[in-house]
Amino acid sequence: MRALYDRITALVFALGLLAAVAGSAHAGPYEDALAGFTTDSFTDTFEAIDGVVASGSPMAAQLLEALQDSRLQFSAAEKKVFIKTRDGALLDAATGEPAVGAPPADLANVRLNNRLRGALNAAIGALTLMAPDPGRRLSAAQSVFRSRDSSALPAVEKALEAETNARVKKALTEARAAIIVMSDDASPDNKIAAIAVIRDRSDQESLALMSGLPANAPPEVRAAATDAIAKIQSNLAIWRTVQNFWYGLSLGSVLLLAAIGLAITFGVMGVINMAHGEMVMLGAYTTFVVQDLIRTSFPGLFDYSLAFALPLAFIVAGAVGILIERTVIRYLYGRPLETLLATWGISLVLMQAVRAVFGPTNKEVGNPSWMSGAFDLGGILITYNRMWIIIFTGIVFVALLAMLRYTRLGLEMRAVTQNRQMAAAVGIRTARIDALTFGLGSGIAGIAGVALSQIDNVSPNLGQGYIIDSFMVVVFGGVGNLWGTLVGALTLGIANKFLEPFAGAVLAKIAILVFIILFIQKRPRGMFALKGRAIEA
Amino acid sequence: MLHIVKSAARRPNVRGWLSAAAGLAVVATVAASPAAAQDTIKVGVLHSLSGTMAISETTLKDTVLFMIDEQNKKGGVLGKKLEAVVVDPASNWPLFAEKARELISKDKVQVVFGCWTSVSRKSVLPVFKELNSILFYPVQYEGEESERNVFYTGAAPNQQAIPAVDYLMSKDGGSVKRWVLAGTDYVYPRTTNRILEAYLKSKGVAEADIMINYTPFGHSDWQTIVSDIKKFGSAGKKTAVVSTINGDANVPFYKELGNQGIKATDIPVVAFSVGEEELAGLDTKPLLGHLAAWNYFQSIKDPANAEFIKKWQAFTKNPKRTTNDPMEATVIGFNMWVKAVEKAKTTDTDKVIAALPGIEAPNLTGGMSKMLPNHHITKPVFVGEIRADGQFDVVWKTKGLVPGDAWTDFLPGSKDLEADWVDLKCGNYNKVTKKCGGAS
Repeated sequence: MRALYDRITALVFALGLLAAVAGSAHAGPYEDALAGFTTDSFTDTFEAIDGVVASGSPMAAQLLEALQDSRLQFSAAEKKVFIKTRDGALLDAATGEPAVGAPPADLANVRLNNRLRGALNAAIGALTLMAPDPGRRLSAAQSVFRSRDSSALPAVEKALEAETNARVKKALTEARAAIIVMSDDASPDNKIAAIAVIRDRSDQESLALMSGLPANAPPEVRAAATDAIAKIQSNLAIWRTVQNFWYGLSLGSVLLLAAIGLAITFGVMGVINMAHGEMVMLGAYTTFVVQDLIRTSFPGLFDYSLAFALPLAFIVAGAVGILIERTVIRYLYGRPLETLLATWGISLVLMQAVRAVFGPTNKEVGNPSWMSGAFDLGGILITYNRMWIIIFTGIVFVALLAMLRYTRLGLEMRAVTQNRQMAAAVGIRTARIDALTFGLGSGIAGIAGVALSQIDNVSPNLGQGYIIDSFMVVVFGGVGNLWGTLVGALTLGIANKFLEPFAGAVLAKIAILVFIILFIQKRPRGMFALKGRAIEA
Repeated sequence: MLHIVKSAARRPNVRGWLSAAAGLAVVATVAASPAAAQDTIKVGVLHSLSGTMAISETTLKDTVLFMIDEQNKKGGVLGKKLEAVVVDPASNWPLFAEKARELISKDKVQVVFGCWTSVSRKSVLPVFKELNSILFYPVQYEGEESERNVFYTGAAPNQQAIPAVDYLMSKDGGSVKRWVLAGTDYVYPRTTNRILEAYLKSKGVAEADIMINYTPFGHSDWQTIVSDIKKFGSAGKKTAVVSTINGDANVPFYKELGNQGIKATDIPVVAFSVGEEELAGLDTKPLLGHLAAWNYFQSIKDPANAEFIKKWQAFTKNPKRTTNDPMEATVIGFNMWVKAVEKAKTTDTDKVIAALPGIEAPNLTGGMSKMLPNHHITKPVFVGEIRADGQFDVVWKTKGLVPGDAWTDFLPGSKDLEADWVDLKCGNYNKVTKKCGGAS
């Protein structure tokens, strides 16, 4: 018994000694490299990253990830480097143990520039190829594909053998191919096989890789590359058409969203409402106020902010619309020129009022997490915010159509706009319907503002950018017809996006305007003119 | 002002009363006590307070008011207090000329601080020449101009665009080989890009490696252009975007870049019109590492800057109010004017114009800027990276101060021209024909 006790004591003592030695006196390549982080010079930091990777220290991955997230801090006075964990604790980068004593006064982040970030991504990629989480392995493989760093080849091959996840395996194979294509010492046969892998990937990045092939490559490799470039390009050309169509759809949905409220106030009621854009702006500012409240009081609800903003924006813009109708527009029915001038004045008043309350600068409206980023669909990249706006526009359009068709209010609205006297004669209070219709159009503009705040500036000038386009869409589609507005918006959006790659954004816009002018000459009532006795005002 | 009140009294209609009220409001702000007006020096402020440019120019109006307040605390100039006369040209270019005329001939201001866009400056030039007054112009611009009555305290192209491109071509900037020059379609981006194109070609960049793209004001659908940039950037050479995209269009542009996943490590964007104020409307996390080139950043650590920010935030009663490059240019211009008036011992236009070249005033980044004979100043150039908090982190700066060059050395027409208002008394002296009067 006694002997065992002695032995344990000796073991504990020895372990303690070992730990003490490891903690203090041991200065290997890793510790030497760390010194480079304490000089606040980009060149030294660059060398320090290389040094840390070369040292093979188990701390390397943690340290580099901290550097990437700007959690690596240094003290120039004490010549020490610290890792700040995600919870805010401070670790000594040399040992990985919590830092002893109070943090140094001159603690500052190790700074990065783009060159360093590139090197860092490549280094982390090579280090995390074997990480347990498949998502991290995938992004590691992708960053190796981008860096084409030949020193990562053994790590990639090792990871490839152990990999079980099909997606990660494919990414690793591509990363391996990319390294081989760019390396100087691979055999031509290997290179040609690698080119085939890249060719099948067939996207923008593989094209970049193929076009960057070193000029001194053997002729058979060059030929394979040229062949691959042609294949990739023809594949991309098809996808580019799909992409233009998608972009057009997206632009069209934005136009439709901005114009749909106007289709009610201008299209159905015949009021030339120059303040329509400002209703959109009010909706966007409502979103800002809602998000601001949520940020300060209930940060957890941020992803739902748009759900709160939508009804509020409808109410705010709708109420302002009803107010405008009751106080100004109702005295001006049938006098388009005066209506135009009065609503233009109102638009200036609203803009300056917002400027006075919120200030002239842009306000930050954040995208909820489900509206940020993008995903790949075949060869095109679909951004979430654009996709949701298209879906949202569709919902608003269908809801509005249903409202006009199946509700009592909708019926009365149609009755009043088609024949005011007769509607009044059967007992519809036309003045009330006028106010509600204008409020509905304005409220929908407010909803549009919520959506547009996700892709555009939230500034007092927001509405100005959409008013011309909205009138264009409504006039082109045919005044008084919601379906016309839909077809008009999508036609203009898609035409614009197919013109843009050839003509440039400025010329495309001019071309569309000229086209509409000519079209209106030919068909003054737009694509879908209402027949019969509609809209006499 | 009295005249308006009288005419309103004769015709007591609504419009008359409105303009009378507006007139009274102006009188109230301009001349608090008419008796004191005799002993003040009037300073005109010609910045848009409404319309599209209000977003940028309102800050500069506040800056001039702040500087006047500070100067008056120190006892004013030549023993007289300074007094601001603020007018609102409402982002309307012809109105700029009208308001300038009003400031000079009716309000009798001794100097004017104002304008933002080049077109507004061009529109007031004839007025300043005709009525012989002084304009301090505080915004970076396309160059190709030097006028006797105008002092340019913002950057000329060689103080912003060219150093930024030099940085990107360097190893630290990523050794960029392929260039996208993207801008809003008006005079500043077009001229700057013309200069940059000539400069890049002189550095051996091939025509095929330069893509030039213009968009309308307030452009908001960037999908096609961003994907074109991505396509252009995938030719196997390091690519960068040089952006002269104007104010409002930047937010959707950067949002689209972020959403399409273009990171600064792949294709960095260096902007010449994006400052701290523009970033206020943006979630900056996806923009980490994109660049801007300016002569001043709020984040620059310098005692003069720290003191300025402290006083400015106290003056505006907003502890979060940002500062930016055109503000610093306004501050430098204002201090130079004060020194020149003190040197000339008068506010007489001709004597102050003669006194200004050679005047030195500290900039807010620790240097001493000097007014040159071509009416431009010397400035340091910084390249900053966007940080997560909406400020910039300086990653590169020029070794010393760069003298502003009115006529660029890279365009065939203007490389022979020289501006010198001290010896040559000419804004466009042709060194080849030895004549004053431009390129031909």
